[in-house]
Amino acid sequence: MDMSELIDPFARLIEDVCTPAAIRAIEEGGDTAAMWDAFTQSGFLDALVAEETGGAGLSLADAAPLIALLGAHAVPLPVGDTMIARALLAAAGMEAPVGPIALATGSGPVPFGIVAAHIVSGTAGSPVLTGGAGQSTGAHHDIDAYVAAPDGAALRPVGAVLRALLISGAAGRVLEMTVAYANERVQFGKPIGKQQAVQQQLSVLAEQAVAARIAAAIGARGGLTPSLFDAAVAKHGASLAAGQVAAIAHAVHGAIGISEEYDLQLLTRRLHAWRLADGSEGYWARALGERRLAAPTIPTADFIRAA
Amino acid sequence: MFETLTLSALPPEDEALRPRLRALIEQAIAATPTHRRARSWQGFDAAFSRALGEAGFLGLSLPEAYGGVGRGPFTRFVVVEELLSAGAPVAGHWIADRQSGPLILHYGTEKQRQFYLPRISRGQALFCIGMSEPGSGSDLASVRTRAEPQADGGWLLNGQKIWTTNAMHSDYMIALVRTSGTAADRQQGLSQLIVDLKLPGITIRPIVDLTGDAHFAEVFFEDVRLAPDALIGAEGQGWKQVTAELAFERSGPERIYSSVVLLDAWVRHLDAAGRKDSATLALLGSLTARQSVLREMSLAVTARLVAGESPVVEASLMKDLGTGFEQEVPQLIGDDLASHPDEPVDPELYRTLLYVTHIAPSFSLRGGTREILRGIIARGLGLR
Repeated sequence: MDMSELIDPFARLIEDVCTPAAIRAIEEGGDTAAMWDAFTQSGFLDALVAEETGGAGLSLADAAPLIALLGAHAVPLPVGDTMIARALLAAAGMEAPVGPIALATGSGPVPFGIVAAHIVSGTAGSPVLTGGAGQSTGAHHDIDAYVAAPDGAALRPVGAVLRALLISGAAGRVLEMTVAYANERVQFGKPIGKQQAVQQQLSVLAEQAVAARIAAAIGARGGLTPSLFDAAVAKHGASLAAGQVAAIAHAVHGAIGISEEYDLQLLTRRLHAWRLADGSEGYWARALGERRLAAPTIPTADFIRAA
Repeated sequence: MFETLTLSALPPEDEALRPRLRALIEQAIAATPTHRRARSWQGFDAAFSRALGEAGFLGLSLPEAYGGVGRGPFTRFVVVEELLSAGAPVAGHWIADRQSGPLILHYGTEKQRQFYLPRISRGQALFCIGMSEPGSGSDLASVRTRAEPQADGGWLLNGQKIWTTNAMHSDYMIALVRTSGTAADRQQGLSQLIVDLKLPGITIRPIVDLTGDAHFAEVFFEDVRLAPDALIGAEGQGWKQVTAELAFERSGPERIYSSVVLLDAWVRHLDAAGRKDSATLALLGSLTARQSVLREMSLAVTARLVAGESPVVEASLMKDLGTGFEQEVPQLIGDDLASHPDEPVDPELYRTLLYVTHIAPSFSLRGGTREILRGIIARGLGLR
């Protein structure tokens, strides 16, 4: 399938319904129905559902650019989560409910917990569906929330890959915004992007954005049940990048970047949230380290290639 | 941005080369201690280079008509990965195989190709690259070594190169020199010349580095007479050629595996010491995960070479990230070992650690400094 046939309409849909003003309205507690209905009607929510059960039958690797777009636009609804949840439910022969579904894989705040109508936990083979109604974190405009759901640790790898894909999209968008700002903002009589010190920082930002995208792609290659190795490499890399990308983008933007009315914060707050969700870089590093130490005589190059 | 970099799989026929190559490598380095293996692409062994050539592991991207193997950058990726992972001494053929061969194939005359390429593929023509000079490091366009055109069409070469890796072991140097104009013309008027290092008027003095090795050298040219066919490519096009060449130099697995022999030795140490605490696992997992992402990035850049592109910016991005990782490995492993002062460390591991720690600054100097690479990336980003 030519993915551009899917990516372009999806990008247009997001640009239409998910403007910065619409994101802010939802973060302030506004109604999510209009934005959610647009995603429902688009048919994309069943992108990962098998064709036999009425979906588009895309692999997670196929859908990776779509999920990255959700990250790039800081879509304040669990569209990616719902895509995965609906695919798991369909594969398990369960009917998916109407409305946004969030994935709960641990006791920390669940991404999009405030705006989710349902929660999926359990395992990939036996997903457990429970009601939404999350408890606010109390952080300003946070749409993540604590939820009461059965154990979902078995879904942590796919959750981590989803988060890595969202991070990769957001990181790419933050890179574009920051480069554009550096070319516009004039200080000392020239755009700050002409200063070598700023150029060096932006190059590091670009490196991290590319690393996040490659890491996320490693995660997506295994589908909805990624191996521990793939999930660990993906989320470790993306989470590591998320922190650096946000820090450099804010440093280059200066004070305006931390103002509420400027759009950068819509993305960088998300980067931090996704970095921590479904296991941070440290969590996945430990998990991978344990696996690595189980095969100490195998050279690193062989170990990473065999994965 | 940089969306052409995507996950890329190595062709099965290239993967299939590994067992035969591995056997050859193991035979060559069975008795080599870890701290010598850690020298990796600075280790020189002409006999091993020739053995690789005879077994068909050199000239991988050169056409069979010129004695090459007729494969491409993916094949080279596999071979390089095997060599570096094992810590095989590859300095002899390294530069010719990586960049001089492809350069001659691309810009050389038919006669130059016929002359040099078969010998490169057999590991019998060893090359070095004459770029840096005492007054020209990162500012490469300021080179002052000069080749004056002669009445017979040849060249008279005068000047000096420095920090030239393996000059003392090499048969030829591809030198970037000024052939017309003045230093004020910058990138204009530069050309690449193939210099036979046995010619009269050439003096090569090895430079000892802080580890006690002498892998680089100073090279002096005093009225060296070069034949007309010493010119490679077009007169005055040297800068463009060098830029394309550096994309070959900067993108390969050699920018991610320079510390891997140390990393592997440390993993074996952790196992022997029975360490399974959370801090150890996190460090080990983090290094493994980063190595994995870097490998996929390097492979992604290689895929652009396979597609016939010259991924200058992507290769710079890859090299900066990769060499930063290579440099962190000895720092982090050193801290880890010394954080456990009551745990015995094999002196061979400690020697390896110190060698890699001391040589690590070179990782982000050779082939273009971190600051220069980031400047190239910034231009690629469209910073005006």
